[in-house]
Amino acid sequence: MSSPLDIKNWYIKSFESFESSLNGESSMPFHLVRKEAIEKFSQLSFPTTHDEDWRFTNIAPLLKYNFEPSSKVNAAFHQIKNYIFEISKKNVLVFINGYFSHELSKIERSKDGIILDSLSNQLENGSQVVNRHLGKYAKHSEQIFTALSTAFTRDGAFVYVPDNKIIEEPIQILFITSTGGKNILSQPRNLYVTGKNAQVSIVERYLSLDEGIYFTNVVTEIYAGENSTIDHIKLQEENLNAFHISRTEVDQEKGSSFNSYSFSFGGEIARHDINTRFNDEGGESSLNGLFLLTGNQLYDTHSLIDHAKPNCTSHEKYKGILDDTSHGVFNGKVIVRRDAQKTNAFQENKNIILSNGALINTKPQLEIFADDVKCSHGATIGQLDADAMFYLKSRGIGEENAKSILIHAFASDVIRTIKIEEVKKYLEEVLVKRFNK
Amino acid sequence: MLEIKNLHVNVEGKEILKGIDLSIKTGEVHAIMGPNGSGKSTLAQVLAGRSEYQVTKGEVIFDGKNLLKLSPEDRAREGIFLAFQYPVEIPGVSNVNLLKTAINEIRKYNGEEELDAMEFMAHLKKKMKLVEMDQSLLSRSVNDGFSGGEKKKNEILQMAVLEPRLAILDETDSGLDIDALRIVANGVNKLKSPERSTIVVTHYQRLLNYIVPDFVHVLYNGRIVKSGTKELALELEAKGYDWLKEQKEFA
Repeated sequence: MSSPLDIKNWYIKSFESFESSLNGESSMPFHLVRKEAIEKFSQLSFPTTHDEDWRFTNIAPLLKYNFEPSSKVNAAFHQIKNYIFEISKKNVLVFINGYFSHELSKIERSKDGIILDSLSNQLENGSQVVNRHLGKYAKHSEQIFTALSTAFTRDGAFVYVPDNKIIEEPIQILFITSTGGKNILSQPRNLYVTGKNAQVSIVERYLSLDEGIYFTNVVTEIYAGENSTIDHIKLQEENLNAFHISRTEVDQEKGSSFNSYSFSFGGEIARHDINTRFNDEGGESSLNGLFLLTGNQLYDTHSLIDHAKPNCTSHEKYKGILDDTSHGVFNGKVIVRRDAQKTNAFQENKNIILSNGALINTKPQLEIFADDVKCSHGATIGQLDADAMFYLKSRGIGEENAKSILIHAFASDVIRTIKIEEVKKYLEEVLVKRFNK
Repeated sequence: MLEIKNLHVNVEGKEILKGIDLSIKTGEVHAIMGPNGSGKSTLAQVLAGRSEYQVTKGEVIFDGKNLLKLSPEDRAREGIFLAFQYPVEIPGVSNVNLLKTAINEIRKYNGEEELDAMEFMAHLKKKMKLVEMDQSLLSRSVNDGFSGGEKKKNEILQMAVLEPRLAILDETDSGLDIDALRIVANGVNKLKSPERSTIVVTHYQRLLNYIVPDFVHVLYNGRIVKSGTKELALELEAKGYDWLKEQKEFA
C-alpha cells in the first residue's frame, strides 16, 4: 500500500509526462506558474486530521490511490444529453474528464465581446483576461490541492462578460467523468470574470458516466467586477465511489453581488471550500448550500467570507440532511476587518440527522475586528419533528411519505432561493428519490 | 361503531385514564366534558394513536377492528380524524399538498382510485365554502403563521376534505372568538350525517350551544363519572365542576 508521501511523489512524477504533453503551450507565460505550483506542491503535505482545517475530514481513503492525470476521451451525445437542462440551448459547455469537448458543447458565436470558451483555448491564444486573473485568487501557496490544480492546469471553463453586458440565458457547464475502469484524476480549472454592471448566471454540474473510482480536483476563480451580479449554481452529483475536492474563490469589487447555490449529493468523500472577499464597499454575497448524505458518505463545506471593506452584506444558509452512517462537516468563518464598519454578516447552518449512525460537526467562526457591525450565526442539529410526524400520520399519511414531506420542507427554503425553475424542480426530484427507499 | 372498554392509559409512567367505558353508535354526537387535567385530551390523543400514551389495560374496537393495534396512519385511513387542540405548524409544507397527499393515501388504502389534480381541487373548493376559509390560506404552509381561529378552521377543513367516519374534536373551541366559534361549529354541523359520529371534547358548555350532542359524559380524574343527555351540560355550566367533585366525594 502507498503512503501519502508515495502518492505525493507519484503526482510529482506525473508532472513530467504532463509537461511534455503540453507541446507548444509550455512556452506560454502561464507555464511558469505551473512550475512554481509543482514546486510548492512538493513542499506542502497532504492534510491530516491534525490540521485544524481538516480536523473532521479524514482524506486517507483518497490517498490510497495512484490517480492518473486524465487524458482526452470522447463521449457520445446520447450519453450526456439527459444532463443538459432545457433552460439553455446555446450556452452549454461540456467537459469530459476535465477536457473541453467541442463536439458536445453548444456555444453561440461570441458577440458583444462575451466569451464562453475552454480555458485551454484561451491559454493557447494568450488571452489578456486569463493572464490577468488566472491563479490570482486561489493561491497555490496556501493549499496542496490548489497547488496540484495549478500545476496541472490544462483546461476548464472560461466565461467573460464585459462591461454592461447581460447574459440572459444561464450558462450550463457539465463536467462529466468517464473512467473506462481507470482511476483517473480530473482537474477542471475554471475562471469566470465579469466587467462593470455585467450579469451572468452559471450552472455547473459534476457527473459520472460509470461507477468507477476517480478523483475530481476542481478550482474555480470568480472575479465580480463593479456592480456586476453573478449567480453560481454548483451541483455535485459524482458517483458514490468518487472523490471530489473543490475550491471556489471569489473576489468582489464595489457594489457587486455574488450568489452561490451549492448542492452536494455525490462522492464518497467531497469537500467544498468557498471563499469570498470584498475588495470594496457595497458588496453583497449570499452563500447557500444543501447537502444530502446517505451510506458512508463524507461531505465538508468550509466557507470563508472576508469583510475587508465597510458596508458589505453577507448571508449564509447551509443545510444538511444526513442518513445512515454519513458524516457532515460545516465550518463557516467570517472575518470582519478593522475598517469594515457597517458590515452585516448573517450565518445559519441547520442539520437533520435521520439515523443514529450519522454525524455532523458544525462550527461557526466569527472574527470581528470592527465595532459597528451586525453579525449573527446559528447552528442546529436535530431530528425530524415528532409532533409534525404525528400530525401528518394522523391525516392518513404513511411513515415514508410523512418523512419525505418533512425532509422536503426542511430543504425547500434553500432550493427555493434558486431563480431557475427547472433547476429547482430537478433538485426537488432528487430530494424525493434520495430519501424514498 | 366505537367501543371503549376499561381503558387505562399511562403518560410518562403516570396513570391518566383509569378505566374508561364508552360506546358510540353510528351517527351520534357525544360530548366529553371535564375540568383541566381530567384526561379529556389524553383520550382524544390515544384514539388517534399517539405513541407517547401507553395503554396498559382495556380495549378499543372500531368497526369490529382492534384500534389499538393500528398505526396512526391506518386509523386515519379507517376513518378516524382528530382535530388537534394545538394544530402543528409545518413550515415548507403547503396546505394543499398535505390534503392531496392525505386524501389519496386514504383512498388507496380503501381500494379507491386516487384523485387527480383537477378532481381534488373541485372537491377542495366545495369543502372550503363550508368553513368560510380564505383561498389564500391553501397555498400557505400548514398552520404556519395562522391565527388561532385560522388554525381551528383549517382543522375543520381537513376534516371536511377527508370525510372521516369518526371525528374527534379536541377542545376545538379553545381560543376562538364568538364569530370563529360560529363558523367552526357550522362547519361541523354541516358535516353531520347518519354515517358519521362525532366526539366533542370541551371544557365549556358554550360550544354545545352550536353543536348539539346526543350524549354528554363528564370525565373526572381519569374516569367517566356521569353521563346524560344535553341537559347535563347545562347543569354543569350552572353548577360548575365543583358540584361533581362534591357528589363524587359523597359517593
